[in-house]
Amino acid sequence: MTAASISASPISAAPTLEVRNLQTHFFTRAGVVKAVDGVSFTVPRGKVLGLVGESGSGKTVTGFSIIGLVDPPGRIVGGEILYQGKNLASLSEEEMRHLRGNRIAMIFQDPMMTLNPVLRIDTQMIETVRAHTKVSHEEARQRARDTLGMVGIPSPDERLKSYPHQFSGGMRQRVAIAIALLHRPELIVADEPTTALDVTIQGQILAEVQKLAATTGTSLIWITHDLSVVAGLADEIAVMYAGRVVEHGLVEQVLDRPLHPYTAGLIGSVPSRNKRGEPLRQIPGMTPSLLSLPAGCAFRSRCPRAGEECGIEPPIREILPGRDARCHRPILEAAEVASA
Amino acid sequence: MSATTLAPAAAPMIELRGISRRFEKKLDFAGRIAKRLGAPVREEIVHAVDGVDLSIAKGEVVGLVGESGCGKSTLGRMVAGILPPSDGTVLRQGRDITVLNTQDAREAKLRTQMIFQDPYASLNPRMRVADIVGEAPHVHGIVSGRDWNDYVDEQLRRAGLDPALKRRYPHQFSGGQRQRIGIARALAVKPDFLVCDEAVAALDVSIQAQILNLFMKLRRELDLTYLFISHDLGVVEHLSDRVVIMYLGRVVESAPAAEVFARANHPYTVSLLSAVPRIDSRKRAFSVVQGEIPSPLNPPPGCHFHPRCPHAMPRCKVERPALREIAPGHISACHLNDAS
Repeated sequence: MTAASISASPISAAPTLEVRNLQTHFFTRAGVVKAVDGVSFTVPRGKVLGLVGESGSGKTVTGFSIIGLVDPPGRIVGGEILYQGKNLASLSEEEMRHLRGNRIAMIFQDPMMTLNPVLRIDTQMIETVRAHTKVSHEEARQRARDTLGMVGIPSPDERLKSYPHQFSGGMRQRVAIAIALLHRPELIVADEPTTALDVTIQGQILAEVQKLAATTGTSLIWITHDLSVVAGLADEIAVMYAGRVVEHGLVEQVLDRPLHPYTAGLIGSVPSRNKRGEPLRQIPGMTPSLLSLPAGCAFRSRCPRAGEECGIEPPIREILPGRDARCHRPILEAAEVASA
Repeated sequence: MSATTLAPAAAPMIELRGISRRFEKKLDFAGRIAKRLGAPVREEIVHAVDGVDLSIAKGEVVGLVGESGCGKSTLGRMVAGILPPSDGTVLRQGRDITVLNTQDAREAKLRTQMIFQDPYASLNPRMRVADIVGEAPHVHGIVSGRDWNDYVDEQLRRAGLDPALKRRYPHQFSGGQRQRIGIARALAVKPDFLVCDEAVAALDVSIQAQILNLFMKLRRELDLTYLFISHDLGVVEHLSDRVVIMYLGRVVESAPAAEVFARANHPYTVSLLSAVPRIDSRKRAFSVVQGEIPSPLNPPPGCHFHPRCPHAMPRCKVERPALREIAPGHISACHLNDAS
């Protein structure tokens, strides 16, 4: 499994970020948890990559690895995260701090994780601006105000003087997004930023993000468990299972014609894909513990297509042009079997 | 579905008449002094549920939908009898539950059980699964000590759990398995009516499908009636015979499930439906409902939705619209229906 052969991206623009064979392991007393084990993908400039998986699939740890926030006992033990030719995994904390919040930003699921509850919004935003650029207090304030306006916060001048608890959940997440945007980063890693919000508020945030990605040329990694959200938002999807990417391709390809049985199972279990009142198609069993992964394909025990060859770990390979999957027995139509 | 169009001849499983629930926050010491000195402070009153009529026929599955803060959980708790209403009456099969004698009241309470959202917080971490499931039937004399073991085994098997695991504690189970324990516990006292409050919201997609299928199987086997509370319209659409939509403590629309999704009437329902991300959508512009849910401390006068409504008229600001039947079994509270 060489990294070069699997990083082929369906979109051939110069990528903003390239992750090659990333391995982030957690050294716990119970054993080594391989939370991320050989993940590769590229994020093209100005595009949105949806990183989809269930809890424990390693999608959040992948995001944290990119932005350098993996805490002990976790550690990046292998692979490269290439940004402008630099490997982020090997940067010192000092060098990483120049990038983080500046060229690469993160939006968390809970905006209270980003915001300091005892400081006013203006204090926090001005501090962020001045941490990376030498501007006057007044200029920084101006920039903070403009960015708040950009993410759709009404009367930003007054809102700058508020404390985080004076905002609603949706507005708080907008502030967090505004802080991420302060330095017009090239890449934003968004970890389930709308999961805790109501649908109408989620719709508003998604609309803003979509507009921003289109106008500022920022690339996005959108981490979520919800296929429906990335269906409308992302350009590409990478599906993760048990620490590995099992399928990667353009949104319409992956969602309309999944190759990996796990992707197909996920899509099939969405209620709107089923006839009303009939039993939902379900994936049997549950996600295996990362401490005791079975040999071979990690999805084997839940897979309806599993065969003998699945006892050997399948490599991720280009099964159809521009479409990668990690499966010995991908779901193919008769005409495609020959070409694959 | 027939249960909604034809008025049920027998008394409905549960009937709410003009039910309300207020939560008051008393003034603290400083507040009381300030008030005495003439400061404009007053007790804060939240109208969590405001005059709701709802009737659920035997065997029916009613989906209760709304965003956070709309009072759907409070309503569910009043239906389940664990929260007394401030006003109005709850009729259980035609009898007011507040005037029942002790024996009958206990009986009525046992026959209505509740399934909670958080499978981590709703199970006692210090009790073994066998005791969690078996305690209530033992206390209420539903099963004798001699048959207890077999009875618990049967309950666990019915919820899809291996009885061999019954000596374990809740932390040894995954989220989906814990939700099965919660279901087994609820069904162990032989209820005929279940209130499920966001019962699948905390679960992964593939596990969510398993639990929804279990709910549907149990409904057939045990002839259960459900009040299924959820913010997830996809789940509700799949499961329910009838859908009730709440906004800021009031019911704004109620209709058979297929009708709501095909011909939503109330502007709030329409905007809610358009905000739901769909897996079939591709790179679409997310539609935006303006604004946020107003604070229930100080709801807008007239129709609660008018500040966000694209069709608001002067009348909507002053007059509360009444729920009117606009098609058989389809009621909606909107002034627009009077114009036509």
